[in-house]
Amino acid sequence: MNAPAGSLLTAEGLRKAYGPTVALDGADFSIHPGEVVAVMGPSGSGKSTLLHCLAGIVPPDAGSIMYAGRELATMNDAERSALRRSEFGFVFQFGQLVPELTCVENVALPLRLNGTSRKEAERTALDWMGRLEVDDLAGKRPGEVSGGQGQRVAVARALVTGPRVLFADEPTGALDSLNGERVMELLTDAARSTNAAVVLVTHEARVAAYSDREIVVRDGKSRDMERAV
Amino acid sequence: MSIGHTLLGLLESGPRHGYDLKRAFDEKFGHDRPLHYGQVYSTMSRLLKNGLVEVDGIEAGGGPERKRYAITDAGITDVEHWLATPEKPAEYLQSTLYTKVVLALLTHRDAGDILDSQRSEHLRSMRILTDRKRHGDLADQLICDHALFHLEADLRWLELTAARLDKLRAVVAK
Repeated sequence: MNAPAGSLLTAEGLRKAYGPTVALDGADFSIHPGEVVAVMGPSGSGKSTLLHCLAGIVPPDAGSIMYAGRELATMNDAERSALRRSEFGFVFQFGQLVPELTCVENVALPLRLNGTSRKEAERTALDWMGRLEVDDLAGKRPGEVSGGQGQRVAVARALVTGPRVLFADEPTGALDSLNGERVMELLTDAARSTNAAVVLVTHEARVAAYSDREIVVRDGKSRDMERAV
Repeated sequence: MSIGHTLLGLLESGPRHGYDLKRAFDEKFGHDRPLHYGQVYSTMSRLLKNGLVEVDGIEAGGGPERKRYAITDAGITDVEHWLATPEKPAEYLQSTLYTKVVLALLTHRDAGDILDSQRSEHLRSMRILTDRKRHGDLADQLICDHALFHLEADLRWLELTAARLDKLRAVVAK
């Protein structure tokens, strides 16, 4: 596969079916470091399946995914898990925080899983919580904070390991306009400051407006609007 | 926007010269479209003629630009009435986009392509507005939000139409 020059994550000809339902039917994708790409399309068009394939969560039936020069399909499960833990960050629409842990423990969790000491992990976590303007919630549990605050904590957790790619699937889907916008501002600022690429799945145009460019997925096929022009 | 009512409203806080009025208007409302001096003076003479403002004083040196205007009681009533009257919502029933989609279907062109390019163009505008909003003050944010919500409404229509293209194609073919 010929990845576009400088591309960090590239997919070509992805196909994926769940039983008789075809979710992806020859989708392509590419993203550069520091770039925010919105993945748009109607419900059921294959947006989330594309994200799951790109992130190595779901293997495609056919097609190729290259990350930093390596083909994902040639990695074993342990290698892919390690990649997801250290190189990728994830933000979803709902319920990603562990309710029994405090917010700072939640943010520190990915570092702890990678073997960082509690003290060091929580220091880094607090730093990220500061950047997302939620450091004052460090000792609270997720049940004690608002939806918008919880989502910022989730973004801090996704970025705490310094991922090179942040996958965000409808990250503001459960928030009102004001909170959603603030989350998008902080998320994109934080990602740009670390030169992380952001794959942003959304059906909301106002959220997609925070991206650098968009690709549209329809009936499992992708269309890169910038390259189409 | 009614420039006359806006200038009248600006006069409620106290008398001003034409130049002051223009400056206050541009600062608060004219971000993209500052007023021309000619517009200010033609509007003020109309308001004067209709008794909604009066000349409060003329500075030495004369010339129309030296006039200081004050709002009259009739002017205050007029502003009050304007503010209290709801604006008629635009109905957007003559949509160029709709015409283009139907024409594309009639002439067997790809209507999906038209919708995709339009989405892309709308998003381009939305990115510029979003960026301006991020770096602007509260007034900028409110103005950009108003535009963004309207563009978003267009986009929702585009998505819905894209989802209904097959149905529309069948209807158009009849």
